[in-house]
Amino acid sequence: MQELLSSLVSVAFHGLAYGMILYVISVGLSVTMGLMGFANLAHGVFAMAGGYVMLSAMNRFGVPFPIAIAMAFVAVALGSMVLERLLYSRLYTAGELEQVLFTIGLIFMSVSVARLIYGTLPQPVYLPEEMKGQLQFLGRDFPTYRVFLIVFSIVIVGLLWFGVERTRWGAMVRAAVDYRAMAQSVGINTSRLFTLTFALGSGLAALGGALGAEIIAIQPTYPFEHLVFFLIVVSVGGLGSLRGPFFAALLIGVADTACKYWVPEFGAFFIFVATIAVLLWRPAGLFGRAA
Amino acid sequence: MSVNHAGGYIADPRTRPIEWLPWALALLCYFVAPSYLPLGSYVLTMIIFALSLDLILGYGGIITLGHSAYFGTGAYTAGILAARLTGEPLIGLAAGTLAAGLLGFVTGIVILRTRGLALLMLTLAITSLCFEVANKATAWTGGADGLGGFSVRPIVGLFKFDMFGKTAYLYCLVVLFASWWVVRRLVYSPFGASLTGVRENNLRMHAVGAPVYRRLVIAYTISAALAGLAGALLTQTTQFVGLKVLGFELSGELVVMLVLGGVGRIYGAFIGPLVYLIAQDYLAKQFPEYWYFFIGAILVMVVMFARGGILGILDAGIDRFRRGFR
Repeated sequence: MQELLSSLVSVAFHGLAYGMILYVISVGLSVTMGLMGFANLAHGVFAMAGGYVMLSAMNRFGVPFPIAIAMAFVAVALGSMVLERLLYSRLYTAGELEQVLFTIGLIFMSVSVARLIYGTLPQPVYLPEEMKGQLQFLGRDFPTYRVFLIVFSIVIVGLLWFGVERTRWGAMVRAAVDYRAMAQSVGINTSRLFTLTFALGSGLAALGGALGAEIIAIQPTYPFEHLVFFLIVVSVGGLGSLRGPFFAALLIGVADTACKYWVPEFGAFFIFVATIAVLLWRPAGLFGRAA
Repeated sequence: MSVNHAGGYIADPRTRPIEWLPWALALLCYFVAPSYLPLGSYVLTMIIFALSLDLILGYGGIITLGHSAYFGTGAYTAGILAARLTGEPLIGLAAGTLAAGLLGFVTGIVILRTRGLALLMLTLAITSLCFEVANKATAWTGGADGLGGFSVRPIVGLFKFDMFGKTAYLYCLVVLFASWWVVRRLVYSPFGASLTGVRENNLRMHAVGAPVYRRLVIAYTISAALAGLAGALLTQTTQFVGLKVLGFELSGELVVMLVLGGVGRIYGAFIGPLVYLIAQDYLAKQFPEYWYFFIGAILVMVVMFARGGILGILDAGIDRFRRGFR
């Protein structure tokens, strides 16, 4: 009994950490897909880029952990802004096929660039000293870094929720998601809104990639390997919502961890079956509005 | 919209003389470049696969990133059959086609009710699911090591597969010819016309009373069966099945090949794999890092500047050339 309880707690805890990271990475995708109707398969590229920025800052230049995290966010947000202005914005009105192809092209390019610079091996992660140990809580040990991940992600989720639900910028974003033409005609500069939102979403992905480098290894195949999971979070949760992907990410994080722990022979089987079931039941996702 | 997709229903479905050109070239290759026949067989196989995708993507307008599910099903069916029951190639082809067609029918019924992102996700999820099944069912599929060590008997007991790939090449060519004939007949039939209608304007097709969903399911099933045929062919000509045949990367590459050649015009499915695979054979060996960058860049360029692919560029060139004379 004691054993079962402790494995339950452990699965819930690690699943929570994984789910939180998935959410921080994917929430930007949900917003860009919902807001701009853009099928951006290259979202994982930003997460990978964030991971690489943080790890090279720390490993090569000895930058302290918090500053390296901030650098990942800023660098990727700025880079994605340039990409959005130069390339993405030209395809907002194009068909879904064009968007899919374009973003697959971006993935291919980023994979080969990453391989050229960093080689094929996963990047080593050296946590700062104060993050290394275990935390005692209710007589159990929890890895400090994972506790930090969960707390940090909760703070980000809170900020994001506040930003979208309680600020003027959030109101503009929600207006544009609901009815772009109407938002435009009441004087919202939607193209600037798009750029800023896109940059924020990519920056968040970078943050997720950097923070989660210890859980999801940073290697050149990253954008391809984990694409399915990011897309599952978004499509199961529902496009354009903040709440949907949150629950979807937690569900997937916990379910995936539980499967790996108790029935490793099933692998990711359960998740794919669940995804298919949810999408057939509600094609617009759990919290999405019917198209 | 129709500017990008030149293909579709035409009033005169008779074969134009130029349509015999690919076949003449393919036969010429057999005599001129015998050392490239294994690559040639692979190209022919991928052309069948690309044709199957063209049917649903180019004509039906269904965007899928999971077509390798059917290719892989065909490949594994043929492989398992050869390993356990019989190495007779024609039976293997039929079984692979049937199995993939069946899977296509069952999954098509279910997923074609959705559209857009949900549909894209469902195709991805189905492929991932098939991949997981093949990965874990090691007793049948060999798992990550792949399935090999089976032998394929001579075709109809007469033509033995030789080590230079001569028989395999001609075998692929004959199967491709049959697939081309089927796809061409389909595309130029009233069924093909109504499929093109669904691609161009789904709502209007509903409005004129066309059974859109049924048409899509039929097209999807045929396409899956063709993909399975290509998979079975690959198994028999290489005598090996790896997990890669079910991978999402293969689906992605397939879409890239088709788009490179030109979507919705049959011959795009010929040109695309040919150019892509020859370039890959040449470049990927020497510069593996740059190869993916190159392909990615080409893809971005095609989307930005040349949505009709290589054949689209050719069309535009010929158009300009003709206008120059007027």
